[in-house]
Amino acid sequence: MSKIETDLSPEIQLEMLKTMLKIRYFEMTAGSLYKRGLLKGGVHACIGQEAIPVGISAHLRTDDYITSTHRGHGHHIAKGADVKRLMAELMGKETGYCKGRGGSMHVAAFEVGSLGAFPIVAAGVPCAVGAAFSMMHQGKDQVAVAYFGDGALGQGTIYEAFNLASVLKLPVVFVCENNCFAVSTRTEATVALKDIPSFAASFGFTGVRENGQDVLNVYKTARAAITRARENQGPTLLYFDTYRFEGHYFGEPEIYRTREEVQKSRDELDPIDIFSAYLLDAGMMNKQSRDEIEISARAEIEEAIEFAKQSPDPNPEEFAKYVYA
Amino acid sequence: MSTREQGTSPRKLSYLLAIREAMQEEMRRDKNVILLGEDVARHGGGFGVSKELWEEFGDAQVRNTPISENCLAGMALGAAMTGCRPILEFMFMDFSALAIDQICNEAAKVSYMYGGQTNAPIVFRCPQGGLSYKSAGAHHSQSLEAWYAHIPGLKVVFPATPYDAKGLLKAAIRDPNPVVYIEHKALYSTEGLVPEEEYLIPIGKADIKRSGNQATIIAAGYMLQYALEAAQNLAIEGIEVEVIDPRTLNPMDEDCIFTSIRKTHRVVLVQEACRSGGVAAEWGMRINEACFDWLDAPITRVAGADVPIPYAQSLENKVWPNPTQIVDVVKNACYFK
Ligand SMILES: Cc1ncc(C[n+]2csc(CCOP(=O)(O)OP(=O)(O)O)c2C)c(N)n1
Repeated sequence: MSKIETDLSPEIQLEMLKTMLKIRYFEMTAGSLYKRGLLKGGVHACIGQEAIPVGISAHLRTDDYITSTHRGHGHHIAKGADVKRLMAELMGKETGYCKGRGGSMHVAAFEVGSLGAFPIVAAGVPCAVGAAFSMMHQGKDQVAVAYFGDGALGQGTIYEAFNLASVLKLPVVFVCENNCFAVSTRTEATVALKDIPSFAASFGFTGVRENGQDVLNVYKTARAAITRARENQGPTLLYFDTYRFEGHYFGEPEIYRTREEVQKSRDELDPIDIFSAYLLDAGMMNKQSRDEIEISARAEIEEAIEFAKQSPDPNPEEFAKYVYA
Repeated sequence: MSTREQGTSPRKLSYLLAIREAMQEEMRRDKNVILLGEDVARHGGGFGVSKELWEEFGDAQVRNTPISENCLAGMALGAAMTGCRPILEFMFMDFSALAIDQICNEAAKVSYMYGGQTNAPIVFRCPQGGLSYKSAGAHHSQSLEAWYAHIPGLKVVFPATPYDAKGLLKAAIRDPNPVVYIEHKALYSTEGLVPEEEYLIPIGKADIKRSGNQATIIAAGYMLQYALEAAQNLAIEGIEVEVIDPRTLNPMDEDCIFTSIRKTHRVVLVQEACRSGGVAAEWGMRINEACFDWLDAPITRVAGADVPIPYAQSLENKVWPNPTQIVDVVKNACYFK
């Protein structure tokens, strides 16, 4: 249960819970559609990690930018993406955000500031740096958030991005979601970086390492970072510890961890349980209103599936449309 | 010299200054046109192309960057998707290898994979090639246009004259797509007429640099000079060749090339890049597909050798094509021996 004090109104907090539930149901639904063969390709769920994008997005405006990853549905939903168009994209439909040309791993939602999911590990980070540069150049106050996993810390590009953002003092927030694994490999096995504050300080900016399971803690941690960016005080690295409850992708065999380990994490680290317990305890909702929120989140996802199923496939004659602008 | 190069007030300008002038005019026209790259500010970039621009436009539009090619290409992409029109100078095209992920996997694809929600108006300026730019060796002399011409979503241009260099760069900056703009290092000091008044050269349009009716030579970049030299020598022997400068390598101007071949019935392809997997192979295949019945001789090519570029000049000279080779291959194609 969260012990964080917050300035957020009860309405906003309940809305945040609903967004977390929407992400959860979106992912669970994607999983079952995948198992039934209705979704193709690789689908990477962020179940267990919902608190991070929801806590971050609570500070963001629609016109702020994000870049996302292969595990990006949560980033998009938290940023305000329409779950109908997102689901339609996963099903490869013309009504999807990318008209079925992108799919789960290459989705983008420009109407809410998503510059796209970049499934090449770390590849979205320079793009967020570029968006931040562009805002600085144009004298605008939008900020950019780059989401990436712990695995991205093995890529040289990301250190180029840290350096570049720092020397140019760009309005960008780097958000690392350490979910303990990169596919089958535990973070400690491949990532030497541990001391985030001193690492970031050596690059000339601020870095913090925090618990990513408590959405209010994420929200609180992100405030200073986003304010700094908004006020052109340069980048920040936010490193959140979290845990991936599902396999790397749906259907992945998970031979690198025990069922017990996963169950223990589900019991102790579920960000939705943690936030719900807090909201119940604080009297902001009761069991009945909690159920209502859950029902309405589920209903939105059901509606999204219906929408996607009813939507047309892209016209095969248009396979070459959009190669050039 | 055709009148278009003269305009109403022709002047001689070097290839290098033509490139600079194109950037300068576009940066004046649109303050969201930004030049990024290593040492591009006061130093003027790897070859001095952007000298004096920083003095006029300052950090706002001319920005020195760290030596981080992949991140720079990604940064250019993010900036391009949010309202800027970046020009990214690679100090040498060889170093664009570090940025292939961002150029080919990201910038080339954002329009398509995001279903037309966005586009990436970026110019990647790539100084390439060797020849009179001598003894730069394996990492500073390559011709890598084929890497990028292979990727759907990218446009690749390769001007050979100051006139084309200026007009194509202005068009590339205004193009809504990522454009790999190749400049040949050995051409920087060459001069040609460039009109004072504004003009653009459309991307995707080849240019007939010399007319003839007995064979067609296709050659871009520095190879155009060799092709023209060969054509002059062949004329002395009574063979009139047409020389086509594709100017744009992707998309290819099939109309211009096919029309010429249907007239001359013979074609010789020239590229400085090493032979295997080069743009000449693509030209040849398309000609074969479209013009087979019109051909009176096999399609032949003159290309660089399949070796890394060596340092010693005795070796270097073996690697690159030369005008004599072109003359021989054209004579062969014309059964003139
Ligand atoms: C450059 C690159 N190398 C390898 C892969 C294959 N791959 C996809 S996801 C992944 C693990 C990424 O781990 P992390 O960044 O921690 O994100 P997570 O999957 O844990 O969310 C790998 C190796 C890739 N997509 N891109």
